Amino acid sequence: MSNTAPLNLLWLQSGGCGGCTLSLLNADCRNLFQTLKDAGINLLWHPSLSEQSADEARNIIDACAAGELQLDILCLEGAVLKGNHGAFHRTQNGEAMMNLIERLTKVARHTVAIGSCAAFGGMTAGGCNPTDACGLQYDGDVQGGLLGEDYRATAGLPVINIAGCPTHPNWVIETFAALAAGDIREENLDALRRPRMYADHLVHHGCTRNEFYEFKASAHKPSDLGCLMENMGCKGTQVHADCNIRLWNGEGSCVRGGYACIACTEPGFEEPGHPFGQTPKIAGIPIGLPTDMPKAWFVALASLSKSATPKRVRENAVSDHQVITPASKRTRLK
Amino acid sequence: MSRRIIGPFNRVEGDLAITLDTEDGRVRAAYVNSPMYRGFEQILVGKNPLDALVYVPRICGICSVAQSAAAAQALATGMGLQAPQNGRLAANLTLAAENLADHLSHFYLFFMPDFAREGYRNRPWFTDAEARFKAVCGSASADMLPVRARFMNIMGYLAGKWPHTLAVQPGGSSRPLEMAEKLRLKLLLAEFRSFLENTLFGDKLAAVAALDSEAALMAWMEPRMHRADFPRFLNIARDLELQRVGRATDRFISYGAYTAESTALFAAGLWSECKLHNLDIGAIREDVARSWMAGDSALAPDVGLTLPQPDKQDAYSWCKAPRLAGQVVETGALARQMVAGHPLLRDLVGRHGASVTARVVARMLELALVLPAMESWLHQIQPGAPFCLPVGDIEEMRCVGLIEAARGALGHWLDVRQGKIVNYQIIAPTTWNFSPRDEAGEPGALEQALVGLEVDENENSAPLAVQHVVRSFDPCMVCTVH
Repeated sequence: MSNTAPLNLLWLQSGGCGGCTLSLLNADCRNLFQTLKDAGINLLWHPSLSEQSADEARNIIDACAAGELQLDILCLEGAVLKGNHGAFHRTQNGEAMMNLIERLTKVARHTVAIGSCAAFGGMTAGGCNPTDACGLQYDGDVQGGLLGEDYRATAGLPVINIAGCPTHPNWVIETFAALAAGDIREENLDALRRPRMYADHLVHHGCTRNEFYEFKASAHKPSDLGCLMENMGCKGTQVHADCNIRLWNGEGSCVRGGYACIACTEPGFEEPGHPFGQTPKIAGIPIGLPTDMPKAWFVALASLSKSATPKRVRENAVSDHQVITPASKRTRLK
Repeated sequence: MSRRIIGPFNRVEGDLAITLDTEDGRVRAAYVNSPMYRGFEQILVGKNPLDALVYVPRICGICSVAQSAAAAQALATGMGLQAPQNGRLAANLTLAAENLADHLSHFYLFFMPDFAREGYRNRPWFTDAEARFKAVCGSASADMLPVRARFMNIMGYLAGKWPHTLAVQPGGSSRPLEMAEKLRLKLLLAEFRSFLENTLFGDKLAAVAALDSEAALMAWMEPRMHRADFPRFLNIARDLELQRVGRATDRFISYGAYTAESTALFAAGLWSECKLHNLDIGAIREDVARSWMAGDSALAPDVGLTLPQPDKQDAYSWCKAPRLAGQVVETGALARQMVAGHPLLRDLVGRHGASVTARVVARMLELALVLPAMESWLHQIQPGAPFCLPVGDIEEMRCVGLIEAARGALGHWLDVRQGKIVNYQIIAPTTWNFSPRDEAGEPGALEQALVGLEVDENENSAPLAVQHVVRSFDPCMVCTVH
């Protein structure tokens, strides 16, 4: 579809940390504001970036809610705080924030959850969930949330969940660009309504620890070079995101930073049922097997590859630098 | 007397509303409302203590590493762990990268755009300020954003990602650096230095760091006020007399910052009655008289309680009111430099008291002071030597982590029993600065700083002077209540 007028975007925050906004500022582009324009977005108001404060900001929000200003994309960053009739987050005039959010979702052409809190409840719903936090259209992995499973924005789509804690700047920018170009239909969202552009990959794809993974040569403590799956709680072989294909802050990712993928794009990641840094096991075998991998084959291959592990890989896995470097050999085609 | 509520107060991190009572064109009383509560201290109860490293950075997307560092320091102290030198240096670098990026974001994105507002159209500097600092479309944010993003690539190497890393561990850093990466980091620091010297200061960092009085600062500003951004601010601030605006209690605390080497880069202490004192952590209490929190008396944070009571009479904020020996104190870059003894800030505050100008100058000065320290810490890192120690199971411990975030003193108090967290109390920098009134009725630091400001009672939008004072503290509301 051809590009038409830019889409009016309003960004609100509720029960979250603001980290998805800060992550967006890490975008690798010449000028984020120009990039948003180029993507077909007209920023109506953003709490951290716009000039308008207080009454001026309120006027923009009210004009959207009243239908006087076309609201093409409503973004919410942070969870919806439902507890105590919304008392845990009120606007300056005493209205529960969850009510304001709901009013705006009724007029929005598209509603977008920025980050796992807005999508599923996320970190804010952890522990005893003191504020009864939930996502816009999910409560953990159960459909419903604030808006209910039947909600559709006026253009016809359910809430688009750009899940992640935080979100990658490109996931956000590309989703906006796709919306502006009319390129997102329901089939472009996965089973949890995440854009398939990033959610059809696993964190495991592109992991630099792949040789250690192949041989199940595993790290035992933070800073070890080995695979983080067997002992350190890494869920990268099961988690949907392209974190090791499109990197973070230049050349980073969680596993490249030396720590486990904790599944932050998945609902319920905040309550894994085990310490985050320890892999839950039964009879020495991790419970969480790689996605699409039959258990018997995994066990058989793991035991075979462990016994086939080269000394170099075995020793480097438990060191914080290469203690044995790869042997040099002639590699010309024969 | 008339009353107005100003909110949503934007270009601060998180949610904020302020109630002002005005009379005869001046603010008579201010009430600061932190309107959003999530309950991290409740969420953390029952968790494995090491899991705090996952939860606490997510208190705040802008002070994320600072929250990690406070938790890691508390856990390390509790376990008696001393991280290897590489790990300590990496922790300094990671925290410094966050703090400097925050100072830069605050200046360009949150604070300066107010000088490009219509209300200043008649000032001689307006045309220049509008072109340079207008929110979203000004040339300065276009210059700064890619530089900031490149600078944050430091986090890609040291921390995996930012915000919300798990690289900051009680045993050190989970991210060992290779020689090639150390060299890349050196080049990234050099790139950032070049932006600061060319665009922000218009001078060498060493020359900025050496400014030692208000007179020296103003003399330095004159030839640069049309070609660099910090001098532009100083020229505007002089015209608006912002050095006379926004004084709170002039009592400052700092927990001390950047401790990898034998002495902290910025020392800990209390500056009060124009003198330096030792900081007595045991004298901290959190009052909840005007907070939507249950409890009768002010408690020490190691036995603190966080129990929401949304319908509490006379309460007006989710924020508690921390007090040091019963007194209201201010924290942040200005406090850090007052305690550390930088002559420029001591002179500015000595002449006028704390102010909008002094708070901004302190943040800019820290960019000039800390980047060279980062270069030195990086130089000392030895690829191949250890970065991290293993951590055993934790059964029982009571411990505290005290660090300096960009916005000031951040403390975590933990009580762990039978391997689980039974109490976790956090006092964040803006909890100090934006606290509500206490049991004695004494207003918090910002509430005091706003009193006496001239405001136009017929003005529709929020008075600009109020906006300058509020943002001069660089508030982080998501940390404030957590």
